[in-house]
Parts: sequence; C-alpha cells; structure tokens
Amino acid sequence: MVDSRSWDWDTSEKKIPLDSWKAEYQWVEEPYVSPDGEKIAAVVNVDEGEFTVCVNGRAWGETVFDKIWHLRFSPDGRLTALVSEMGEWTMAVNGKAWENKFGYIWEPRFNANGTSIAAAVQQDMQYAMVLNGQPWKQTYANMTFFALSPDGRHTAGAVQVESVDSGEIHKFQEGSFTAALDGKPWDARFVNVWNLAISPEGGHLAAEVRLNLYDYTIAVDGVPWDAHYATVWEPVFNPISGTVVAPVREKGMWGLAENGNILWDRRFFQLWHQMFSPDGSRLAAIVAPSYGRWTVAVDGVPWSATFTKLVTDAVFSPDGQRIAALAKDAETFRVVVDGSPWSGTWDMAWKPVFSPDGKDVAAKVEKKGQYTYAVNDRVWSTSCDAAWDPIFSPEGTHLMLRTIEAGSYVRRIVPVSEIAA
Amino acid sequence: MAGPLKKEKAGVVDEGIDVGISRLSEAKIQSVINGVIESETGARLKTYVETCIHCGLCSEACHYYLSHDKDPHYSPVGKVKQTIWEMLRKKGRVSPEFIRRAAIIAHTECNLCKRCTQYCPFGIDITYLMSVVRRIIHKLGVTPLYIQDTAHSHSVTMNQMWVKGDEWPDTLQWQEEEARVEIPDLRIPMEKEGADIMYSVIAPEPKFQAQLIYQAAIIMQVAGVNWTMPASVGWDNSDMAMFTGDNEIMGRLKRSHFETAARLKVKKIVMGECGHAFRSVYDMGNRWLGWSMPPFTIVHAIEFYHDLIKEGRIKIAKKYRPPITLHDPCNVVRGGGLHEKARYVAHALCENVIEMHPNREHNYCCCAGGGVINTGPPFKMTRIEGNRVKAEQLFVAKTKGAEVLVAPCHNCHSGLHDIVHHYEIGLDIKFFGDIIYEVMEKPAQAGP
Repeated sequence: MVDSRSWDWDTSEKKIPLDSWKAEYQWVEEPYVSPDGEKIAAVVNVDEGEFTVCVNGRAWGETVFDKIWHLRFSPDGRLTALVSEMGEWTMAVNGKAWENKFGYIWEPRFNANGTSIAAAVQQDMQYAMVLNGQPWKQTYANMTFFALSPDGRHTAGAVQVESVDSGEIHKFQEGSFTAALDGKPWDARFVNVWNLAISPEGGHLAAEVRLNLYDYTIAVDGVPWDAHYATVWEPVFNPISGTVVAPVREKGMWGLAENGNILWDRRFFQLWHQMFSPDGSRLAAIVAPSYGRWTVAVDGVPWSATFTKLVTDAVFSPDGQRIAALAKDAETFRVVVDGSPWSGTWDMAWKPVFSPDGKDVAAKVEKKGQYTYAVNDRVWSTSCDAAWDPIFSPEGTHLMLRTIEAGSYVRRIVPVSEIAA
Repeated sequence: MAGPLKKEKAGVVDEGIDVGISRLSEAKIQSVINGVIESETGARLKTYVETCIHCGLCSEACHYYLSHDKDPHYSPVGKVKQTIWEMLRKKGRVSPEFIRRAAIIAHTECNLCKRCTQYCPFGIDITYLMSVVRRIIHKLGVTPLYIQDTAHSHSVTMNQMWVKGDEWPDTLQWQEEEARVEIPDLRIPMEKEGADIMYSVIAPEPKFQAQLIYQAAIIMQVAGVNWTMPASVGWDNSDMAMFTGDNEIMGRLKRSHFETAARLKVKKIVMGECGHAFRSVYDMGNRWLGWSMPPFTIVHAIEFYHDLIKEGRIKIAKKYRPPITLHDPCNVVRGGGLHEKARYVAHALCENVIEMHPNREHNYCCCAGGGVINTGPPFKMTRIEGNRVKAEQLFVAKTKGAEVLVAPCHNCHSGLHDIVHHYEIGLDIKFFGDIIYEVMEKPAQAGP
C-alpha cells in the first residue's frame, strides 16, 4: 500500500478553481484527483484533433496529442493516460510518453502501491503485455484476459497459441489457448482460459480453464486440478500459504474449492468474489444463499441479512476482523458492515473504506446527483457536485475528503469525529 | 399427429451436426438425455409434459406451420412430439439419426418466439421444451456449425463476432472522430465511472454496422445523456450461447455484462435495438446466475427513445414522410411488453404508420430469432420458406402504402431483409435509430 504519512494532513482546506478551464479550452472532460488530493486533472480539447491534460490549471507538458483517454492517477500519484500521436499509441506518465509505441494500448492497470503500470498492447495484429514501457518479447495472435502481479513485477495473459480459422469448430475444441506469464506460455492447451491470478511472490500463475465444451477446472502453472466441474469462477491465491481457491459449480450449486478439494461445507445458488483477509486466515465471498437473495459469507457462514438486487464491493478491514460491502434493494444502495445494514439509502454508493484500526468505516455516496460521505452510518453535512473516495489519515483520526463544490475543487482534512457517531 | 419422421431435404450439410452425429453412440445419447432430464429439469418439464392434452391449438400460432400449408410436422406440438416427447417416451433410447433431426428441428424450425404459448389453453411454454432439446443437442456436441462458432467467439472474446480487445475501443474512437464532423464536441465517453447509463450493443455493430454507434452517440449527445461505454469485456450484450444451450457460457457472458455495469457505477443499462440480448439480460442469463430480476434496470432502446421523446429531450425537426409499417420483435414485445411504446415512438417520428396484421404481441415472428439466423447459410432457405406467412403479411402492408419496414431488433432486421428480398416485397428496412437520427433536431438546426 501507498505510504500516506508524507501527505499534508494539517491544512484543513485547499481550493483550486475550475471554472476558468472551460474558458481556456474547447471542452473539458471529467476530472480525476490524485491520491494525496493535491492535484486535479482532466483531458481537455485544445483545437480540432488536439488534446492535452490540464493539471491544476496548467497544461500537461508541451506535447499535444491527437487523442487521449483513460486518464487516471496511479496509487503513487503519477498521472497516466493512453495517448495517440501520428496514429501510434502508448502510455504517457506525467506528460511524458513511453518510448515504445504500439498499434493500440488498452486496459491499463496498476499494482497496489503504484510502482508498476501494465497494459495490453497490439502491434501489427500481434498481442502482448507491456510493463512499465517494456513489452513482452513474445507476441500472440490473440490475447484476452490480463493480470499484473501484486508486487508489480510480473504480467500474464490468456493467449492463443494455435491458429484456428473462423468456423473450424472442431479444431477450436481441441484447444488453442493457454496462459503466458511474462510472455512465456504454458505447454498445456485449453479450449478457453479466463481470469488469471499471479501468486503474491510472482512465481505462480492460476487461471480458469475449459478442458472441452463441458468440463471446467483451475490450472496452476499449466497443470489442471484433478477435479473437474460444470464451471468455475476466478481463482485467488492465499496470500500466506499460496494455495489456490476458486468457486466451482457442481449439480447446479456453487461451492468453494481449494487446490481441487471442496473447502466449505455449504453450497450456494451463487458464489463469487472470494477474498482472503490480509493475514490469510479468513475467507469471505459474495453469495446467494437462496435464489434471488444475496449476501456475504465469511468462512462459509452467510450473514443473516440478505438483499435482492446486488451485493458488491466487499472489503476486509486491515486487521481482517471486519467486513464491509455494498448492498442493493430495488434501486437503492446501502453500506453493510459485518452483516448490519446502515440506515442510510443512496442512489449509488462506492466501495467502503476502513480506518487503519478497522473501527471506522467511510464511503462516498450519492443521491439525486449530489455527492457526500457517510461515516459509521452518519452523513457529512455538505453535499457536492462530485467527490472521490474518502482516505483515512495514517492514525485514523482524520479523513481527506476530495470534492467539487461551486466550481472549485476542494481538498479537506476533516476529523472523523466531526462526521462519525 | 401420426406419421413417420419428416425426411430432411437432400443437400443440407452442416459440419457441426454431421461430425457430431458421426461421433455418437446410442449409449452416449441415452446417457446424455437422461442426465439432462434427471439433473437439469424438474417440476417445470414434468408439469408441461403431463398438462399437454395434445389438442394442437398451438399449431395456428406457428409461422412455420402456416407457411408450410399446415403441415403438422411444423406445428409446435408436432415439433415437441418429434423431439423431447420421444426422448422421454423411449427413456433416451433414440438413434443418432433421430438426434440429427432433433437438432435441425430445435435449431432451425423453431425461433423460440413464444407465440405458441399464447395459443396454448394451458400456457405451456413450448419454448422451454425446445430449449431443453437444444441443451441436449449441446451436450451431445451436435449444434449447427455457424451458431457453435458464434458460441466459441463468445467464450473467447465475451462478444459475438470475434471482436478483439483493441478493436472495440478503437472502433468507438473512430466513430467519435467521424461524428465530430457533425458535432465538434461530441464524445463517446469510455470508462466514465459514475455515469447514469451504460450503453451496450451487440458485436455486429462495431463489426459491420458502426454507423449505429455513430447515430446513438449523436442521440445521446443531443439529449444530454450522462452515459458511458465500457472499454473492457462486458460491452457486448448479445448471447448466442443462450440459444445453443451452453448455459455455462451464457452465465459467464451475463456476469461480465452486469459486473461491468457495477464497476462503472451506472444506474441503468440501456441496450441498443436488439431483441435476443434483451431476453438474455432480462430473463435468461440473470436467472441462471441466481438473480430473479436483473441487478440493474434494463432499458431497451424502444423504451429509451420513448422516454427521450416524451420528456422532450430530443425534438423532431420534421417527421419522416415515407409511410412505415412496424414489426414487433418477440423478445421485447411478447417478452417485454414494449409494443405500445414502440407505437408511441413510431407515431412521434413518422407521418404515416400503417399497421400490419396481426400486430403487437400477436405479430408473426421474423423467423431469424432464437438463433435460427445464426445457423447460417445451410439453413437460410429453411427460415425463408418457413416464413411465407410473414411475406404475405408484409405484402398486405405494402399494398396499403407502406414503403419502410421498421424492425427494432438486429436479428429481425437481418431476417426480414432476407424475406423482403426473396419474396420481392420491396420495403426498405430501418431501425428506429436510423429514423430518429434523420428527423431529430441537431445543434445546427436547433433554433429559438
């Protein structure tokens, strides 16, 4: 994780006016804010077919690009975007384009502490991953699902290694896909490969595989589990033990398997988004314990509260003792912590954030186009035109709230006690 | 109905069916049929089978039956008798040749259009029975080649047309650039988290009909919609796996679609003018995943246009002059009840709307849906000859003055094109989006 101790947690409020941007450029796209809250940036149109990025009111370097999209701050605060110049695409970081250029680049991703940036690239209709500007040496005729390791040193993709023309259904069913780690493919061939996971230390790769039209399992380093299933969902590595856990479907119901052995006794109508606590000792997943009812199961035991539409964005507290998630009934979202729904309902809510000690929970929320924050089920008194996720100070006593109000970007440091009960 | 199995016309060759049949044994057939019946069906199948009194009232509903001079082999009950009933009666002990015929019936002589369910005095969902047959055909590896290839495309790319990861966002940017000639500050906002709407389409749009994305972007821009399109998998709402009986791939596709909407924090999914995708997102795929209703409000293009016009968010500069007639796609009319909203849109856009008869939920199928058009060239004439009644219906509309046929569904659009061409009816075919784009006020035209 990013170390936020060096950020300014003392200045209670900083403002950057935004209205002048609109006068300066033809149009201004939706803004993005840096994790430390010090910068706000947006793609802006300078003239016909000319784009740059405006950061805190200033243009982003000297280069004007033909196209810019997917503007995002990395977790360590670098400003990145996918840029096109003279028909070639690459990633620009803080205004400077990578030296290597490509026919296309898409689906950029960062590791948790922001040290690495990876993306999928195409050059001359061949596909590879690029990591910090360096593409794989091997390229493939097709690449579909991508992964970046937690430490940011490895990338992986589901790649096609046998040529199959359109309509060659029986050749396709013999298997033409595999997975590649840092460009090196497994020897094994599968009908399909989906949703890859790289182990925490970067040495192992797991993926969902389809062995034929009907049998699915998980393959780790190219070796399928002995057990086969009606279908499977994405595997994850235990961060401590390195075992692989994945949802598996048998006889019309979903269970959780570890290294090919059923882990939880209970079966569900659906089970996905399994996640380990940071110390690897607890395992939770989003489940449907009955048809059309959704909740979170922790170590195989579902919360008693269930929801009709959706449960999403589940997260463990840093100490692994608590879990928060979002739940939707009808058209309203609410935050649920350890199985207890908050009273506040919202048109939309964002992934809950725990304080470092796990005692407090905050979330960005929205109703009727106005944004604010909820902390421990209490609502901040200010409503805003835009907002970004709340960030707890290292001690957990304050929150950094990043908003847009009355045409200005506002960075506030607010005591948690000012909002929370 | 009594009589022998209908012989297939000579010359119909389909590698998916033929190779699949060559690999079958009667033991495998029996095992697969009984496996599907025992582990994947239950009270629903039993109820339907035991409720049907073989009255044949469903026959008059079916366009294949009507188009083949009331040949009972093409009646819904006849098709059930030739497939699932026989499988049940013989406890799965049927021959490879029987399976070949069952594959052809289930995949090319039934559009799963549900018109027959309306004619059944008990409301038996005959579509479900044919879907069970398709599931068995899938499990036996006998699915027709073209639609199987499409299911493979879905499995690899999560879209219907083998569109690669880079080709999708690149196409959106190309259309955005083209549309900026017309509206300089137009955007197709990709990956815009927190937009109100995720707009999703089927893969033929970026592959062959990019102008539909262009038109949608103009409509969104003029109406001031806060929208986005994903740049990742999950952008395609189509689902031929639903029609091949590959439920596991169907579920995978719909999960990708819904989770993309969840990731983008949108409130609604607005779909382009596609019927089968609506069925997949609103009915089949969501339910296989465990949702009794979709996790997001699903708005089909007909309803979306209806709301935009009714709320005055798009204004009509000058109504469309050529007389139109309106087709009712089964998945959004019988399956979604959008027939009156479609008529509201038609009358708002066009000076003269000539109803075809029957219409609304009683309208005839296009004979392309249910994956039938996706079985490709080997069965093109099966669906054209199987829908003579639609040609006759359209011809009557034409004689009343209709010049344009509006079909707010991709499969209907393509299938009706073949019908209109083969029977030389002489109607232009359009989507609502084509007409809206043509008649709406745009910035240069918007005045005080």
